[in-house]
Amino acid sequence: MAQLFFGYFAGVIAVTAVLVVALRNPIYSALSLLILFFHVAGLYVTLHAEFLAAVQLIVYAGAILVLYLFVVMLLNVKRDDRYHSQWRVAAFVCIPLLLEFLVLLAEGSTAPQLDRLPAEQAAGMGDNTMAIGTTLFTTYLFPFEVASLILLVAMIGAIILAKRDIGESRET
Amino acid sequence: MTELGLRLAVSLTQIAAVTGIVIVTVLLLTLAERKVLGWMQDRMGPMEVGPYGILQPFADAIKLFFKEDLVPAGANKFLFTMAPILALIPALIGFAVIPWGPNVTYEIGGLSIKPFIISDINIGILYILAFASIGAYGIILGGWASNSKYSLLGGLRSAAQVISYELNVGLSIVGVLLIAGSLSLVKITDAQAGGFWNWYAFAFPAPQLFALVVYVISAVAETNRVPFDLPEAESELVAGFFTEYSGLRFAFFYLAEYANMVLVSCVATALFLGGWNAPYPGTLIGYLGLPSFAWVENTMWFAFKTYSFLFLFFWLRATLPRLRYDQLMRFGWKVMLPIALANIVVTALAVFFFG
Repeated sequence: MAQLFFGYFAGVIAVTAVLVVALRNPIYSALSLLILFFHVAGLYVTLHAEFLAAVQLIVYAGAILVLYLFVVMLLNVKRDDRYHSQWRVAAFVCIPLLLEFLVLLAEGSTAPQLDRLPAEQAAGMGDNTMAIGTTLFTTYLFPFEVASLILLVAMIGAIILAKRDIGESRET
Repeated sequence: MTELGLRLAVSLTQIAAVTGIVIVTVLLLTLAERKVLGWMQDRMGPMEVGPYGILQPFADAIKLFFKEDLVPAGANKFLFTMAPILALIPALIGFAVIPWGPNVTYEIGGLSIKPFIISDINIGILYILAFASIGAYGIILGGWASNSKYSLLGGLRSAAQVISYELNVGLSIVGVLLIAGSLSLVKITDAQAGGFWNWYAFAFPAPQLFALVVYVISAVAETNRVPFDLPEAESELVAGFFTEYSGLRFAFFYLAEYANMVLVSCVATALFLGGWNAPYPGTLIGYLGLPSFAWVENTMWFAFKTYSFLFLFFWLRATLPRLRYDQLMRFGWKVMLPIALANIVVTALAVFFFG
């Protein structure tokens, strides 16, 4: 049953991920990205990570993708052919990736299934929101604070970039 | 397998009942809104269909059902059809985690059934927020797919507005979550039992009154209601994102708007005003010696609180003029957001020292 769900989610994720770059209408690309986010959230649910699934939907589908759509619609991009027909670059990137995939696939049957453990541990802990909270604020406190500082710097930088003209006009 | 089948049947019955109640409530609201607005503006409201116009919603439904289903020339037909569905499904799906009545379990034929709770998932409130944010897609795509200036402008406005105010909705809820220590609506409601002084809007150590105000204002903005109805501003954009819609597709958008109103009212009731708990300890029916019928009183309290919020929606519509777009943004980011953030800090300190 779990294998069946994983197969479905993974298959749809792969197909929609290809469609995001292959479709010519940017709106359709954004929509297939939306379907992709939903299925990634579905994968999280099958791993008993409900909190991650909800946050995935709220942050990516609810905020970031809406902004993408907003920009695409504001600029009224009907279709954009500039970034298509780049077969040489695509082949250059894809062949190493394909080789890597084949190597991993060949080795995968002998390698131990490490990814199974965390999911079952998380299921045993019950409330995974609380588990994430305690882990973030104890074990990973320093990386957490560093990440928030970097985000703050990025935010200030974005505001300064966006408001550059206002500051200059005031100085002159 | 039979047990699984029975569970499925019970769940489907619950879902059908809740969907039915929501649709009936929406029908009632369409009439109630016009009646209440009429009375507030010293008019009669609809009076033609049935006694005092009470059959008006059915007349509207029949009219919408038989209207010609137009697709404008140059519209993206697929997305034009998808958009109303994308708007309606997220509005209805959120009701799955709302606790309608007491958290009691009945044993029937070996099955334990919780009649007033469809599902108690441990991220209940995040689930509602996630699907509420998906509802914006229906509006944005509907505006884009119509191939009309007014629709597109309405859709764009809606995108900006929903993102801005969704943040405030999320942040205003955090205070309640800090006190309750859970994301499950069932647990949050259970923790508020025993009188109105235990409701999170008034509870020691950190009354969430400011959070309630921020939540209600942001919820009004998120459901695109007056005074934040810029996506469908009649005086500027004809009807905004659903200018080109007619017939059943228009009815879907209409249903979604009202279902969203009911949903945000239910969430406000469950989070801030004790959900189905009466404002006094226990229930009157319980004191009279019929504790097995206490659920009647509890569900009535839930309905009363929810309808009070819905009345507030109508009241605001009758009272306030529409905001300008820059005012809307400034209000959201410079007034609501700092209040919500300050509330989180104060609540966190209060819970840490007194909780």
